[in-house]
Amino acid sequence: MTESMSMVGQLLFAGLSIGGVYALVALGFVMIFRATNVVNFAQGEFAMLGAYALVALWQGLKLDYFMAILLAMVIMAVVGLLFEITIYYPLRNRTFLPVIIATIGASIMFQNGALAVFGPSPEKVRPVFGTEGGASGVTLGGVFFDFQYLVILVVTALLVGLQYIFFEYTLLGKKMQATSQDKDMARLLGIPVVFMIALTFIYSSLLGGLSGMLVAPIFFVTHKMGATLGLKAFAATICGGFGDVRGAILGGLALGVIESFGAAYISAVYKDGFSFLVLIVFLLLRPQGIFGEKVAEKA
Amino acid sequence: MTPETSFQAYALRRLKPGHLALVLGAVVVVFLPLLFPSRYAANLLILGASWGIATLGLVIVLGYTGQISLAQAAFYGIGAYAIALGTTMVGLNWWLALVLGLFAATLAGAGLGSTTLKIGGHYLAMVTICFQIIYTLITTNWVAVTGGPDGISNIKRPPFLVPLTSAQRYAWFALGALLLVAGLVWWLRDTALGRAMRAIRENELAAEALGVDTRRVKVTAFTLSAVIGALGGAIYASGYLYISPDSFNFDHAVSFLAMALVGGSASPLGSILGAGLLAYLPEWLRDLKRIYLVIYGCAIILVIVFMPEGLWGYVKLMGRRFARPAAIPPTHRAMQVGSRGTAGEEVLRVENLFKHFGGLKAVDGVDFTIIRGEIHALIGPNGSGKTTCINLLSGLYVPTSGRIHFLGRDIVGLRPSRIACDGMARSFQNLRLFRELTVWENVLVGAQRAGGSEAEVEKRAAAALEFVGLRNKAHETCLNLPYGHQKLLELARALAGQPEILLLDEPGAGLNQTEKQELIQLLKRLNEMGLTILIVDHDMSLVSQVAMRATVLNFGKKIAEGTADQVLRHPAVVEAYLGDREVALGV
Repeated sequence: MTESMSMVGQLLFAGLSIGGVYALVALGFVMIFRATNVVNFAQGEFAMLGAYALVALWQGLKLDYFMAILLAMVIMAVVGLLFEITIYYPLRNRTFLPVIIATIGASIMFQNGALAVFGPSPEKVRPVFGTEGGASGVTLGGVFFDFQYLVILVVTALLVGLQYIFFEYTLLGKKMQATSQDKDMARLLGIPVVFMIALTFIYSSLLGGLSGMLVAPIFFVTHKMGATLGLKAFAATICGGFGDVRGAILGGLALGVIESFGAAYISAVYKDGFSFLVLIVFLLLRPQGIFGEKVAEKA
Repeated sequence: MTPETSFQAYALRRLKPGHLALVLGAVVVVFLPLLFPSRYAANLLILGASWGIATLGLVIVLGYTGQISLAQAAFYGIGAYAIALGTTMVGLNWWLALVLGLFAATLAGAGLGSTTLKIGGHYLAMVTICFQIIYTLITTNWVAVTGGPDGISNIKRPPFLVPLTSAQRYAWFALGALLLVAGLVWWLRDTALGRAMRAIRENELAAEALGVDTRRVKVTAFTLSAVIGALGGAIYASGYLYISPDSFNFDHAVSFLAMALVGGSASPLGSILGAGLLAYLPEWLRDLKRIYLVIYGCAIILVIVFMPEGLWGYVKLMGRRFARPAAIPPTHRAMQVGSRGTAGEEVLRVENLFKHFGGLKAVDGVDFTIIRGEIHALIGPNGSGKTTCINLLSGLYVPTSGRIHFLGRDIVGLRPSRIACDGMARSFQNLRLFRELTVWENVLVGAQRAGGSEAEVEKRAAAALEFVGLRNKAHETCLNLPYGHQKLLELARALAGQPEILLLDEPGAGLNQTEKQELIQLLKRLNEMGLTILIVDHDMSLVSQVAMRATVLNFGKKIAEGTADQVLRHPAVVEAYLGDREVALGV
């Protein structure tokens, strides 16, 4: 295998893995959007909070790494519920504009709250396999497969599968689907809509938190990490087709790869710009995304 | 009372509280820098003024037009960099650099605004964020031009009557500019363009169907907002004499949005209040520096939840006690309807019209003609394609195939606003009023389709309101009207543009018997005035009382045509409505 081939393989693998993180955050977007028609601009902050929760429990309280992850997930569930009660619920009957701005307000609050508590210096977290120091992995055909990247890909695939089974084959999943499609009808059928929406927020916060914990060993944990993660995940959601689960995953993976190749072959400093450029092009040429359908307003 | 004196009285009453506010504002502009002469205070005034100007741009795009923009900091930055680069590296005259900056902002604003044509809502929010982030990336990384993160220093100040060397003198200049822009934005609100913007905010589809070119208005709103933002940035750059990309990043875009919302995004004065508040807030909360931004985020949420109209909402509530509603011009002549052609000619001809939604054939090969001066009914059971037909005629849908001739011209593929301007007016099955606007403003939007001076527009609107009997409700907010009045208002709004043809989609739905009789009388009077009407309704008694001819649809196909009485006795029509006679009778 030539050097450039292994380079391409390396970039592809890294891109797919980071794309997996985008996809996880994007899934959270889609869940909330499908249940409530709300776009949560604080979705990325869930990832940041999850990562900091892990830092606090593992580094601060010196808990066992896996115990800390478990407890951090519990914290994220509470965060999701509180978010639903304080942000979504009071604004549930208003138009999208106040809701967007309120979630942006929440995002400012979370970011600066984390800054006030943890300070500006970046924190480091150990990967799932191996120690804090170096990356562990295997080299196959000239491509280095970092275990943490593999973990991300496996977790993403696992969660997507579980989510599919949950929504298609369990009663609770069907109730949540019914709620997202028609709240009034669901209410008439005796489905506790408020509870379903609360569950959605909790699940989406868990997804966000988990993705934060997974990238924590790769990027540093900072109060700013959620903002870019959230925006890119949102871009992924739109490219894939808003409200579509397949679209969110495909969009996330694609953006990860585009970024990784763009940074290597075009410009590293403009790395963060590529996904947004792709998004603008997408919105202008195919606003409904890859899987989305055109909807016409009814007169 | 002669018409002249009544018009003078009317002109006097047009003086609004805003005029007083402008005079007061001028006094404040003169005295503020005198009251706070220190360099530090003057710098804060300059900052507040430049932020206030940028926020006023958001009033146009967010407050008036209802489009979200999270890129105002980028436009602010474009203005600032134009002044910074122009007066340092290139050595241009300050005013020339300003003009170039505003021109660049115009281009960028129009470009960003044109994305609103395809997308809105969340997508628009995201596109503006992308624009903002890409802008920041470029200013940070293109070191050769922008100086990168280090920024640009030694920026020049403009010569304006006297050298503006001291911070106090420059504060006067900045506040003066703020007052000027505030006056313009306030004035814009009640112009035809400003009303069109607010109509788009309330109901874009209805605005388009009333002849508002929503594309042009939205791009204009974004462009104006960008230019005003750039002006704010230019004033900031010369005020602080040094700029760096940090002052124009996404956080600042959010700040501008927060200023507009906290103050009251639909009000120029309110948003200045918001900008001033947020400029001074860090001073007051200096002891809380670490958690200042946490409080700030929290405040945004609280304002959104508890004060939907911002601080200005409260001021307005208090002011309402003293406010005097604006006047409506006296009506001199009765309402007129469009009358470009001769009686008996074809106004509308539909040929072989098809509209398929995927596999659903909503309209499946329909043709009919409408003659000037008649009331033509389009009837049929639920789902027969009547409303789809009206949507095709008014341009909201583009037909799969077929021809529609309106006043001798093929209108297939024209935008709804073009068709409306040609003289087609319509009502909607589910009311589509501009809910937050007053009754008077609703009718004005309808009236401005026919063009002419503001005085003519107002006269037409007054006549239309008089015709439906809602003149005494003119200053009520639309959403406070009872349903029956809302229906009448929609009719008045459609009539105010003096249409050649009026399409009514279920005008009788939801009305009680008395209201229905009033509607029938109104329609008959309109018809006597020479107006051509196409009416879609289920109510056969209403249809048979007003319609001269009728076309019956079922499953998207025409099944009968003729005078109203003929059609209602037609066996196919009876079958369509009541089912097969023999099946019904159990034979």
